[in-house]
Amino acid sequence: MKQVEVTLNVNGRDTTLTIPPRMTLVDCLRDELRLTGTHVGCEHGICGACSVFLDGEPIRSCLMFAVQAEGHRITTVEGLLNEDGSLSDLQDSFWECHAMQCGYCTPGMLVASEALLAENPDPSEDDIREAISGNLCRCTGYQQIVEAVQMTAKRRREGAANG
Amino acid sequence: MVDAPANLPNYRYVSRKRRTKEDRRFVSGRGKFVADVEIPGMKHVAILPSPHARANIISIDASAALALPGVHYVLTGDEIAEATNSLFHGLDLPNVIWHPLAVGMTRYAGEWVAAVVADSRYIAEDAAELIEVEYEALPAAVDSEKMIDEDQPLVHPAHGTNVLFRKTWTWGPVAEDFASVPNTVSYRARWGRSSTVPIETFGVVAKWDDVNEIIDVWASIQMPQYQDQIASALRIPMNQVRVHNDVDVGGSYGVKRGIKHTILVTYLAKKLGFPVRFIEDRLDNMSGGDAHGPDRIFDITMAFDDEGVIRSMKIRALDDVGAYPGRAPLQLGKPMTALCGPYRMNSIEYEAISVTSNKTGQVPVRGFGQSPTNFAIETGLERVAKYLGIDRVEVRARNLVRKDEFPWQIPPGSIYDSGDFHAVLEGILKTSNWDDLIARRDALRAEGKLAGVGIATCLEPGGGNNIFEFLFNPKLEITTFVESVLIKVEPTGAITAVMCTTTSGQGHETLVSTIAGEELERDPDTIRVLHGDSLEALPTRSPVASRMAIVLGTATSKAARDIKAKMITIAAHDLGVEKDQIEYADGEFTVRGNPISKLTWTEICHIAHKQFHRMPPGHELGLQAYAVQQVPGAGGLPDENNRVPLYPCFSFQAHVPLVEIDPDTGKVKIHDYFIGHDCGTAINPDIVRGMIIGGVAHGIGAALYEKFEYDTDGQLLAGTFVDYLLPSAHEIPAVVDSESCTPSPLTSLGQKGSGEGGYLGAPAAIASAVNDALAPFDIEINELPIRARDIEAALYEKTR
Amino acid sequence: MKAAAFDYVRASSVDEICRLLAEAGDEERKIIAGGQTLVPLMAMRMARPDMLIDINDVAELAGIDDRGDYVSFGAGTRQRAIERSDIVSDRLPLVAKAVRNVGHQQTRNRGTIGGSIVHGDPSAELPMAGLALEATMILRSVSGETEMPIDGFFEAAMVTNIEPEQLLTEIRIPVWQDTRIGTGFHETSSRQGDFALVAAAAQIVLAADGSISRAAISVGGAAPSPVKLHALEAALVGKPAGGFQEVIALVDEEIDPETDVHATADYRRRVTRKLVTRAIDDAIAEAGK
Repeated sequence: MKQVEVTLNVNGRDTTLTIPPRMTLVDCLRDELRLTGTHVGCEHGICGACSVFLDGEPIRSCLMFAVQAEGHRITTVEGLLNEDGSLSDLQDSFWECHAMQCGYCTPGMLVASEALLAENPDPSEDDIREAISGNLCRCTGYQQIVEAVQMTAKRRREGAANG
Repeated sequence: MVDAPANLPNYRYVSRKRRTKEDRRFVSGRGKFVADVEIPGMKHVAILPSPHARANIISIDASAALALPGVHYVLTGDEIAEATNSLFHGLDLPNVIWHPLAVGMTRYAGEWVAAVVADSRYIAEDAAELIEVEYEALPAAVDSEKMIDEDQPLVHPAHGTNVLFRKTWTWGPVAEDFASVPNTVSYRARWGRSSTVPIETFGVVAKWDDVNEIIDVWASIQMPQYQDQIASALRIPMNQVRVHNDVDVGGSYGVKRGIKHTILVTYLAKKLGFPVRFIEDRLDNMSGGDAHGPDRIFDITMAFDDEGVIRSMKIRALDDVGAYPGRAPLQLGKPMTALCGPYRMNSIEYEAISVTSNKTGQVPVRGFGQSPTNFAIETGLERVAKYLGIDRVEVRARNLVRKDEFPWQIPPGSIYDSGDFHAVLEGILKTSNWDDLIARRDALRAEGKLAGVGIATCLEPGGGNNIFEFLFNPKLEITTFVESVLIKVEPTGAITAVMCTTTSGQGHETLVSTIAGEELERDPDTIRVLHGDSLEALPTRSPVASRMAIVLGTATSKAARDIKAKMITIAAHDLGVEKDQIEYADGEFTVRGNPISKLTWTEICHIAHKQFHRMPPGHELGLQAYAVQQVPGAGGLPDENNRVPLYPCFSFQAHVPLVEIDPDTGKVKIHDYFIGHDCGTAINPDIVRGMIIGGVAHGIGAALYEKFEYDTDGQLLAGTFVDYLLPSAHEIPAVVDSESCTPSPLTSLGQKGSGEGGYLGAPAAIASAVNDALAPFDIEINELPIRARDIEAALYEKTR
Repeated sequence: MKAAAFDYVRASSVDEICRLLAEAGDEERKIIAGGQTLVPLMAMRMARPDMLIDINDVAELAGIDDRGDYVSFGAGTRQRAIERSDIVSDRLPLVAKAVRNVGHQQTRNRGTIGGSIVHGDPSAELPMAGLALEATMILRSVSGETEMPIDGFFEAAMVTNIEPEQLLTEIRIPVWQDTRIGTGFHETSSRQGDFALVAAAAQIVLAADGSISRAAISVGGAAPSPVKLHALEAALVGKPAGGFQEVIALVDEEIDPETDVHATADYRRRVTRKLVTRAIDDAIAEAGK
């Protein structure tokens, strides 16, 4: 079975690769593009550690073949940093609230949280828990993650209010 | 939020809100996990598992696999059994042989039969499918309790029985104590096979350097004596093994042991001459990774007076460790350190039985057996309360060790260092507004729902004095349990500390830098903490046993105080005064009473490194110190009554959940969860809080959702995340964590352990709440996990 | 958990897809839309197609269209689009309720209504809702177009009546034109967002006198496939809103629950009754407003 040539747009950059069709998007990001911030946890679409943005919406990159991603915009956790390499407000809030321990689920949590805030700038605790319900964490018990998202929402609302 | 207790010394960094150092790289996606390690030329391993719970291996034909382009090697059990020494067991079991691959027979469904090495994991899996194995399937032995009978198939025929260990210890006058009180309750409590299942699976990469004769190992590891066991299995000296401890471990909570994965990979790397990588996929991990947890049946009788004060207890604990025991049977021993929980029992009889079966192997899980034991003890407290018609909180209050009784020695010998259990309990009753919880419970009941409030009080022993292992295996006469740290200060004043083991989310870099910063009055954010590799590192026992704050923390204090003392000596000499005339504050060494006579931190560093002529004669040059810290209280062997102090420090927890149960579906919803916690001095409050809440989440999983279910043929029915249910953000409630502080007298800053966290009490608390909800129907469920269908079925039986 | 090798084609039209399916010969060729059900099966090597035909670029296969008597869904319409659609919340409130229970945000961003139906999971929510409302499925092949009622499409757990050379292009879900309509959807799962252990969907019309004049009820997780409760529906007609409990026992006649690692058959049987009752209660309450 033959390899195929694809051009992937990841974090704003195009890269052309020759890969087998069966290579998953997460494996391609990690092994071909060396973007190792996105993690593999289950490879059957439950744990959410592989979550990335596809055209601005969070998806499970273990359930997509890399060849399917051509023509789409992919953003990984590395792409959440500001242009100058500094942390986004969400990433900084995660740090401030200690919204992680081992760090393995964190990239997926950031993607799911960022997606929520883009759609809902004033989420309730239930909204937040629903948004991250597809991302499993075994370290934190989720609470400090919820607090980090609440902190970010508040910072953004206050930032918007201040113009 | 975490409130600093009122009695806190005026620490500048310790116990203050501070960001965790490690978090910065994790939020950036720049953690270095084992699957991120790329060694040029590395090849990939995939495993062929056995489909049978018990079978003879008649033949293995790998020819089709080897013919596939990109395949380099196929390894089977016979070869690795010949070329390496078998893997370590905690018990003395010369006839129970464990190799990384099955040899001659497979003993559980999912056991690894062959390993393929190929250019990619994809190709390796293609090749594994092409290996033809002929099996002779045999009847399997999977009923844990039946393993002590003589009529079951033998998992290890050469061992002659399925019982790996069976012994009874009696501490104190059990028979007399039983005779002296009028009441007993007897019950069974069952802890279902679950585990802490990190989101990252185990992985290992190894590279053999034949010129320098070093095997480099990167692994997602949390294990004492890892490099020892590698060296022993490969038959090479320990100084040919270099374990890289700077790999970020994606969660472990005890289970990242991976020794068979490691020997497989290091053997292949050494033999084949190129780097080899094996990352478990989730299927490999769940059935074949040998990372299951306790599978335990407790039969307990408690003897108590008419006030509910428990005088004595008889416990029989039977644990099914699966086909290859490893260290798991010792998980019956650690709970000896808090066998009666936080209560003032006078005597205990303890029978521990470890059995083998045709199931996946077991591994130490967070608490090393303490959580199942706490669940079993707390079930007894509930029973005692019910028997006498006494309030469940009151019965605990009557039994708790009192604050004026510390240090308190329990019958097996451990000494509880400090605590104010009653204050923490009263505190959480207040924080949770217990009476209001009861009122809310009753209101829900009035609406036709089932509702319950739970209570559990329990201990988290910390420190890791593991001499109980000697009671299980006299060859384990080991009394040294150390942790080390090296601190060095550069000529220009920057501080670097080197710790000697891995971290899996506990924030050790933050722990070490905070303590060093506190002792030296330097900003912890400027202190770099490295993880030295095993060739550079000083002695370590790895982050197990809730020991790191206690032992690594004390070591850090010692090394830092040493540095400070050296700097004072240098300053005194240079300023021409006695040492006791020097005052140190905030980076300045000043002569008492003469504020202009001083030297700065940077000046001292410069002298120490560069100016021999200004140094005190005979004083060590440079500025460094290390500490190899023994766990407090260790060194003794058990006496003739098998009594010995074990873990030195005891943290305390009181849990109060409110649950509601849908009577039609049996589904449990946790409305509120309160926990009062005392771990002495909390080095970093956010880290402690994370451990508590994260531990509660693990405990909720074990109590309500998680089970490695087997059928009668030994097939694992819960081998994926579809069937093994890890709680999400919907299943874990918001937890209110209320911190107290009773410092330990045994550690440098009064710190105790907190890494096992809420896991040690949450299962007991959830069981208590569920059973309170079911009490109006006179239903009690004492087997975990308690699933919706178990509750619904029990209600149906009662109400039909 | 790497899939077995396959050839990949990114289709650009329905005709191309049908042609590729017709030319399969001895090969197994499968459609990939959202991949949320298919890819895990491939990762476990339980599905091993020789060719994957990616239909995500075929615009005509996606879209929600209000056609008066029914709402048309392109088979490739994302569950997330259904969740956000005003047409669906206005015209098919039962579908709106069902889709909110499907997985998690990541699942719904990729998963499609067509994929969910074609895979035939016994407890998937959209097949249940479609079954309750008597959806019609449009299947295409090189031989032409076929309309198939959804009842009878589900054969067994994960097995549906689609031929290897057929492509599901459209699902048409009828819109009830009555005025006093209410819906109810209840499910119980081990964890929120999991496949349901048991689920019940109900759509009810109340007559002017408050009796039930029309009913559509389906259940999931109570048999190897989703089930439409024909007998119960017929028995509900004419019953007063407060007095349908006497016919609830009819649920048992049409379900065939199984035991697995998640729940026993008995549990499913008893809970199905309870959830059907709740769904009907909700629907009646809503219709009464």
